[in-house]
Parts: sequence; C-alpha cells; structure tokens
Amino acid sequence: MNALSTDPGTGPNADPGAGPGATRAPVRDPGEAAARATAAILRDTLHGTHRGVVVDSPPGAGKSTLVVRAARELAAAGHPLMVVAQTNAQVDDLVHRLAVADPELPVGRLHSSDPDPYDPVLDQHPSVRTSAKAGDLAGLDVVVSTAAKWAWVKAEERWSHAIIDEAYQMRSDALLAVAGLFERALFVGDPGQLDPFSQVGAEQWAGLSYDPSASAVTTLLGHNPELPQHRLPVSWRLPASAAPLVSAAFYPYTPFRSGTGEGDRTLSFGVPGDGSAVDAVIDEAAAAGWGLLELPARTTPRTDPEAVAAVARVVRRLLAREGAAGSARTGGGVDTTALTADRVAVGTAHRDQAAAVRAALADLGVRGVAVDTANRLQGREFDVTVVLHPLSGRPDATSFHLETGRLCVLASRHRHACVVVCRAGVPELLDAHPSAEPVRLGVTVKFPDGWEANHAVLAHLAAHRVPYVPS
Amino acid sequence: MSLITTLARMEAAETGRAQPAATVRHRWLAERPMVFVPLTTAGEAGAPLGALVGTDRAHPLLLTVRQPRDRDLRFAFLGDLADAMLPHLESAQDDVETEQRGDEVTELCTDAPQLLVPNGPGVDFVRLLGRSTRFRRTAEEDPETPFPAPARLPLLGRWLTHYGERARVPGSALLLPMTELLVRHWATGQSQVEDQHLGALLGWLLPEGRTRREGPEARDGAGQLLLPPAGPATDPAFDNRLLAPAVERYDAGLPGAAERLDELIASQLRPTWDLMWQGLDLLRTLPAGGGVADRWRRDRFSYTHHRDRVRAGEPPQPRHDDAVTAAAKLASREQAQARLEAQEALDDPLAMAGRRLAGEAFAGEVVEVVPEWTEGGRPRPRPLVTVRTGDHPHLSERGKVHRALPEEYGGGKQSAEYVLDGPHREGLLTVRLLTGMGRGKEPAAGSVPEPGDRVCWTLFEHTPRGGPGLPDPEDTPWTHGGPPGGAADALPVAAVTAPPPDAETAEDFL
Repeated sequence: MNALSTDPGTGPNADPGAGPGATRAPVRDPGEAAARATAAILRDTLHGTHRGVVVDSPPGAGKSTLVVRAARELAAAGHPLMVVAQTNAQVDDLVHRLAVADPELPVGRLHSSDPDPYDPVLDQHPSVRTSAKAGDLAGLDVVVSTAAKWAWVKAEERWSHAIIDEAYQMRSDALLAVAGLFERALFVGDPGQLDPFSQVGAEQWAGLSYDPSASAVTTLLGHNPELPQHRLPVSWRLPASAAPLVSAAFYPYTPFRSGTGEGDRTLSFGVPGDGSAVDAVIDEAAAAGWGLLELPARTTPRTDPEAVAAVARVVRRLLAREGAAGSARTGGGVDTTALTADRVAVGTAHRDQAAAVRAALADLGVRGVAVDTANRLQGREFDVTVVLHPLSGRPDATSFHLETGRLCVLASRHRHACVVVCRAGVPELLDAHPSAEPVRLGVTVKFPDGWEANHAVLAHLAAHRVPYVPS
Repeated sequence: MSLITTLARMEAAETGRAQPAATVRHRWLAERPMVFVPLTTAGEAGAPLGALVGTDRAHPLLLTVRQPRDRDLRFAFLGDLADAMLPHLESAQDDVETEQRGDEVTELCTDAPQLLVPNGPGVDFVRLLGRSTRFRRTAEEDPETPFPAPARLPLLGRWLTHYGERARVPGSALLLPMTELLVRHWATGQSQVEDQHLGALLGWLLPEGRTRREGPEARDGAGQLLLPPAGPATDPAFDNRLLAPAVERYDAGLPGAAERLDELIASQLRPTWDLMWQGLDLLRTLPAGGGVADRWRRDRFSYTHHRDRVRAGEPPQPRHDDAVTAAAKLASREQAQARLEAQEALDDPLAMAGRRLAGEAFAGEVVEVVPEWTEGGRPRPRPLVTVRTGDHPHLSERGKVHRALPEEYGGGKQSAEYVLDGPHREGLLTVRLLTGMGRGKEPAAGSVPEPGDRVCWTLFEHTPRGGPGLPDPEDTPWTHGGPPGGAADALPVAAVTAPPPDAETAEDFL
C-alpha cells in the first residue's frame, strides 16, 4: 500500500509503525476520532489547494453522512456542485438524504429517459427537481446523477466542485468520460469492496496508469500521487464482534474499529431454540455475532439445493422466533427493534444462487427479505445477514470466487450478526488452489489477496461452527 | 461455461467423440484464407525459427531461420515473410463499394483478407512480430540507419499489429486461431488446456482412422513426439536432440547441414499445416449463422480504415494506446461482446439454450392473449401475452424482455415488460407488449402472437446500444494525466513512485 492516510483520526487502532497516525496520542472516543477525520477532510475539500481529495471509508464508516455534509457545506459556500454516484439506487438514496438533511437546499436529480427512472419517494421533497435534461437543472446548488448519465452531459461551463461517490467501484474509463465536467473533486469510496470489472479482456493495458478497466482512484492517484488521502477510522455499522475481524482480514494496513463497544449490540429471541442445528447457529450468531452452519463436504452444482434450503430455513427461523435487535443509546438505555423481514438479507456470489434462494424462501412463505449478489448488496446495511459462502461446494477456487471484495461485502453488511452457510472442506480447497494469477508489471499488488482473507475469515468462523446434516 | 456446454463436454467424455456446441458457424470464413503456422526459438524472445505460410493447401511456402541468433538471417526471414504475406494482406484494398452515412460517402472494401493461425499463442506471436517490426527503419526512409530493414517489413509490422489488435474484438474474424474456432463449435471431453493442442483437439473431431490412436504425448523410440505441438513453441526434446546438433553442423559449415535444418523445421510444421486445413474442412460443413455477415462487415470497415491510415502516410501505431484510445477500444469491445452474445443466441438454438438455462431467456407456447390499450386521447395497443414455459428466467417486475418478430411479419424487434400482478401460476409468465405493433390503434397484423404460437423472449437486448462519447485525446482531463505528449504520458503506475532502474553495466552488453 502506498501513501497511508495522514489524518489524525487513524490513531486508536494503528499499531506502531502502521502509519504516520500511530505516532499521535490515541483518541479514546470513537466519535471524536471520526469527527477529527471529517474536519480534516472538509478542510481540504473546501480550502485545500489540491484539485482532488481521496477518502477511504471502511464499511459503515459514515460515508453517506460525509457526502451529505460535504455537499451541504460546499453549497453553503456558494460552489455549484455535481455529485456522481454509480447506480440509480445510490443516487436516489443520496438525493433523499440530502433533502431530509436540508429541506431548503435546491437539489437536482438528473435521470435517464427510461420508464420509472427514479424512486418516486423523491417527488415528496419540494426542494428536489427531477429531469432527464441537464439544462433543466442548471443553477441548482447540487445536481446528482449516475456516472453513466453524466457521461452524456455536454456542459458549457464546468462545475467548480464534484463529489465522486463509490469511487473505488467506478471504472477509470467512466471517470475519463465525466472528469471534464468539473474543476475539483472529492473522491469517496471503500477500497475493500468489489473492484470494477470488464466483460472483455483488458490485459493489454494492465500496468498503465490509465488502464480503462482499473478503478477511478487507481488512475487518479497514478497521475496525481500528491493528492491528500484521508481515511474514516470508525465503522458505525459493524458491531464490536465484527469490526476487528473485517479490519484484520480485509484492511490489514489501514485498520479501523467499531463505534460501538462489546455488548452494545444485542440480538435476542422471544421463541427459544427448538434444539435443531438451524436454531443453534442462530443462537450462536446472536451471542457471538458470527455463526457458521456447516454442511457435510461435497462437490455440488452452484445452486446446491441442500445449502440453498439451509439458507432459507435459517431465514425462516430468524423471522419466526420473534427476534429483537437492541442497540445501546449514547446517553444510556437501549433502542430495541423487532427483527422484521426488511432488516434481514441473504447474500450470494452468483445471480442463479440468489434466484434459487428467492424461490426457496417463497416456498417457505417468507417475503420481504432482500436476496442478492455481493455486487448488488454493496453499500447496503441490515441487522442480520445470511451468507451462502462463495466457495461452498466448489471443486475449484477461481479468481472470481477468491476476490477479496466479494467476501468483504458479504461479511460486512450486518449491524448485529452474520450467519454463514457453507460446505465443509473449504480450507482444504483453498490450500489446493493457491492464487496463481499472473503478475503484471506496473500493477500495484493489492493486499490482502483473497486467498489469505478467506483463510482469515474461515479461521474465525471455525469457533462458531454448528454442524448440520440436511435430512 | 454454460450448463449446456458442460453437458456436451460430459457427453463427449462418455462417448469419446466431440459433441456439437453450435448448430451454425458463428465466425466468418473467407473463401481463400491465408494460413500461417509460425515457430519460435526457445529462450530467445521474438526470434522466429520458421513458418509455413500460404493460401494453397498443397503448396505452403516454407521459411526458416537456420541460425536463429543471427539477426541478418532473422531479417532475411522477415523480409521473405513480408513478400509472402503482404500481397495477400493488400489484395482486397482496391475493390470497394461506397456507403452513404448521413451526408458523407465512405468507401468500404468488399472483402478483407483473412489470416488463420493454429492457436492463441499464435495470435500473440503475430502481435509480437508486428510490435518488433513496425518501428524498423528502411534504407529508403532513413539512409543513415545502421541496420536498415527490408523494404516492406515495417509495412508488414503495421498490418500484423492491426490484425493482432482486431483479433481482440469479440466476434471479429480478420485473424483467428483454429483451436478457438473449433472449440466454439464443438465440445470435447478433455480439459480446456488440452483443447489448446490442435492435434489433440482434432483427435476428438476427425473420423476415426484419420487420426493417430496414440495420445498427443506419445513419443517414438528416439523420444520425439509423434505429433509435434502446433507452436509457436517447439518441443524441448526436439530442440535438444535434433535442432541443436543440426544448428551446430550448420554453424560449422558442413555440407548438407542447411537442407537438413530445413527438413527438420518442416517436419515440425507440416503436421500442423495439414491439421489447419482439416479443421477448416470441418468448419465449412456448418452453415454460417445469420449475424456472421454483419460482424464481417465491421471487420471490412476495420480493414478499410487501416488501409486509409496507411495510404494517408500516418505513422505506425504507437507503442501504447493513450488514455482516450484505450477507453474507446474497451467500450467498443464490450459492445461487440454483447452484440456477439445476442447474435449467437438468436442464430443458434444451442446458444439460446445456454442463455435459457442461465435464466437470461425463456421460450414457450402462447396460451392467452388479452388485448389492452393505453389510456389517453390516442390509445395504443398494449396486449398482455401469457406464455407457458418450463424455463426459469431471472425476471423482476416490469423487467424488459425482447424478441425477434417472425420473418413473415418482416422481421424487426419487439419489446415487452414482465407483468407480475395477478395470482402466481406455475409455468406461466405474462408480458405486456410495448413496441413493434405499428402506429395505429389496432396492432399490425402478425405483430402480436396468437395462442399456440411458439415464442422466445430474451432478457438481453438484441442490438446493444453504444455508450456516450469520450473527450478528444487533446482534452484528456487532469485525472488521466492531461493530453498525451505531456510528461505524464503513459506512465506505468509504479513509475510514479518506483526508484529509477539500475544503471547499465558492462554485462548488459554481453
């Protein structure tokens, strides 16, 4: 990793020598550490001399909050602002947050000309104007759209500022298409999530700073290594049981910590366990934050019917046992919410697996649970997640299944607990398939590699293992 | 690999014979392709050892480098190769048709020369030849140059570079490897790595009795492979026991050594040459798919554009693409990939079966049609069509689906959206037709399927749309290093932070 963040918020978890932040006095309060980091980011964005500022944000570290705050402050300072996100769902979410945070702020939602181009909830905000033409939104303080839509905009005048959200998931060529629209930009994203990809080979450009299939941040920093880089140091989403594992397994050189302490997040059930393995793994996850439901070793098709059925049963029992998720309030006391279907998600590696789980849930009469692939769960948050392990039942470990970001997304969506469903034998499978990707000159090697991250997660999960023999 | 290909491979493994993976031929085959079988020297990057080249199956031209480390011999070889290949590569330049594009009239060559090599590494070798020769200077260009290249060699380098680059475009056919062509159309019961061996691959395909019964790794009593590899790399046993002593005899100037070397190199090339033509025979038994001509037309445009660049006296292709060119190439290749996948599926029920099994399409019989119209002053037809199908497409509510309209209706495309409301009925899917029904209140005759009709809907678009434009190279933004030609042009990522390379030492010039 080149150029670790030098913002003062890196203190608390940084071990000696991990980065410049380690030399500072540790900040005990996570809120204060995060506030310091945010203040430094806003200072560079509003008053810095560089054309770009990069912010690395681990899962649930308040990236959206930062984007909303930066947008409001830039608008308040009189800078016309364009915001670039990667998907329509992200754009709608951001516009909604902006409108809730500041109902007076004039916000434009630039959208496509397809049917149903944006979430109708935006129509409830009087300060939000929607249009498929950039010209209709000229003069608004903030205009938000996807990178794909911005690429079609031909602007006479440049925006003075831009915010690029999910910049690590944006491809370099997408940035090339929109970078002429703004003078300066704040790039925000999570380096640990899935890298952008291309359907066709792009090896011929590997190692070039502007490799069109690389991430936007790689290209940006390749050409502008002097840009200030910041890091948000606290994950507010991940519970105390998950942050250390996710930090160590996926962010070994840029550690972060959880904003909540041991025991601040609880998960309890009104209906006691029925003695089955499914209930046992739910109880284990409720107590420890992690549970591994392990099916007997077997090579299976991708849509392993037994594993899919096990996932569906876990979800059904999670919802049937009258779960309650408790979060300690800052001033004392506990907020308790019923664990309803919309607070639970299932994550898979492949679309056909997601489709199989959806069908299995429908057969069990379970509705309203989000079931999707890692790519589509990126950036989302749930109380409890059930994950079908990407390597479960596989005869081989391909680079797709070993991709660090895939496992990182799946293992970092939850606020309370995560249940992983997997066939036994994955550690042996990993050992039989060491990473054998060609090394390309000029390409910065990414750490950790998926092989190592997979082993780290499995080693941790082994302590929360519940064997399960499907009947 | 799609489920249907996996099934075909398993069937091939069980029967010992290749199974069809396509019902039509998905790549253009020229009437008179040029076949090029190159060999390279082990341990010496970019040093050709020999080649068979030509358009006549019975009379290939053998070119050899009798001492691969002798650069004079190497350039004599490349000069001969230019003389052999350029007449073919330039043969279609002058036969043109004109095409009206808006106000502009453009020329389009009516045909383009095709180049076939045995395998993927053969394509890489073509690129390598292009890279190593297109910047060479001839005596005509630069009388001062100490080692002038043969007159037409840099031109060959530019053509080979163009063909090598075009070969990266999915579905293109200017330069094709035979193994890839065969693997696209037939499934064998061996691994994908083994499929890269042309001889082993054809062993699954050719009628029994026309192939060796031994495996591709079988050797004779002297330890030599019965079937030499299809190159460009040679077999180490051949290098060590036959080639090296023969080169030594040649270096010593012994009589007959040159002829012996030619014989040896030919013995490694000729079996592959014959297999290439047998593979072509097999491919020609398949009728061409419907989209093949369209993709070949794009190849002809690519050929014509390169011809124009050469004629305009433009310099050879740069060493690296600039940021805008790289992004534009990637975008056009992604579009070509989507177009290829859609066209293959529409041309070939076996390809469509793969998409149906992957949940990207569904086929079935229409069981119910309910006419409906839009509300408003000028009602438009929006009929509901219910299809009985055993497929399980990954449809979401109001998800778009597409189909090709029947030929009797005049072809064209129709879009519809998936309708979720109403009770779920097993095996029945309902879509609402949106387009392709003409302009009137009543849908045009034949544009709405009737109960009993077979229909096939796809979730992917049949003609994928192009992306937005990119800035001109001179407007490359600061995020990508600014316009090319500046100091930050084409920096490897590592070069920004990496220390400078070690200073050159005397050993570097050994």
